[in-house]
Amino acid sequence: MKIKVIVTLKKGVLDPQGKAILQTLNGMGYSNIDEIRQGKFFEISVNEDNEAKAKAQVEDMCKKLLANLVIEDYKII
Amino acid sequence: MKSSVIIFPGSNCDRDMDVALKKFGFKNTMVWHDNQSIPKSDLIVLPGGFSYGDYLRCGSIASKSKIIKSVIDFANSGGLVLGVCNGFQILTETGLLPGILQQNKYLNFICKNIFVKIKDKKNKYFKNIKKDILELHIAHNEGNFFCTEAELKNLEDNNQIALTYCSSNGLEDEINNPNGAIKNIAGIFNKNKNVLGMMPHPERMIDKFLSGEDGSLFFENLLGNLK
Repeated sequence: MKIKVIVTLKKGVLDPQGKAILQTLNGMGYSNIDEIRQGKFFEISVNEDNEAKAKAQVEDMCKKLLANLVIEDYKII
Repeated sequence: MKSSVIIFPGSNCDRDMDVALKKFGFKNTMVWHDNQSIPKSDLIVLPGGFSYGDYLRCGSIASKSKIIKSVIDFANSGGLVLGVCNGFQILTETGLLPGILQQNKYLNFICKNIFVKIKDKKNKYFKNIKKDILELHIAHNEGNFFCTEAELKNLEDNNQIALTYCSSNGLEDEINNPNGAIKNIAGIFNKNKNVLGMMPHPERMIDKFLSGEDGSLFFENLLGNLK
């Protein structure tokens, strides 16, 4: 079973890379973009048939390694 | 006094640290990250570098390596643990120190001499040190210290801020903040002040002909405090 995780910076945490990308896009002529937040995407293949169980396991992984909860939020999809 | 320097794949300041520790009289052992245990030590050092290629987040993979449990146990029993640069990043990822080192505010890798102010001398690392301001070297891309407001309040209330970036005469302003760190923070202690994480490299300032000698002061003083 494949579980997907998106990790993003928490609201209010400075994202200098996102800002640099935004400025570049603005410079390229995409003038209607207000904000870009860069994040990370994980695709995890879990050897488990029970979806709830697999997701619980991935949630544990997020808390312990995949995200740093001081600055990041995670979303399991 | 005995010290141990932990080497991770991608550490690159481990040998500099070894030279510095030995120069000032530590009997140092290099310890590979895959070992389960650490030789009996008075000081454990997590050196600078790019452990595991800075994958995921700087220090995050190293913070789960085999040896780390021994480092955490040593720290929790009151042993001195010093993390420099990547070592500081690893210490925050283990949870021994609060906060995180984010990417530098202006997205640049900074490699230069800076000045730091010693904010607390009631600890083994800085007790008796004669100077209040040290000239040290920084070389990092992720040194922008960040923590929650509650954590910052704890750091301030318990005098856990060890070093702040400043000018040569001690001005702690934005111009002298190289990476955007909260409150110009360059180094912090844990609550018991036996764990110190710092971005500047004292091991790079131990020779007056090559660099400067404020790193020498740091190591000499630390050794004196441990005797």
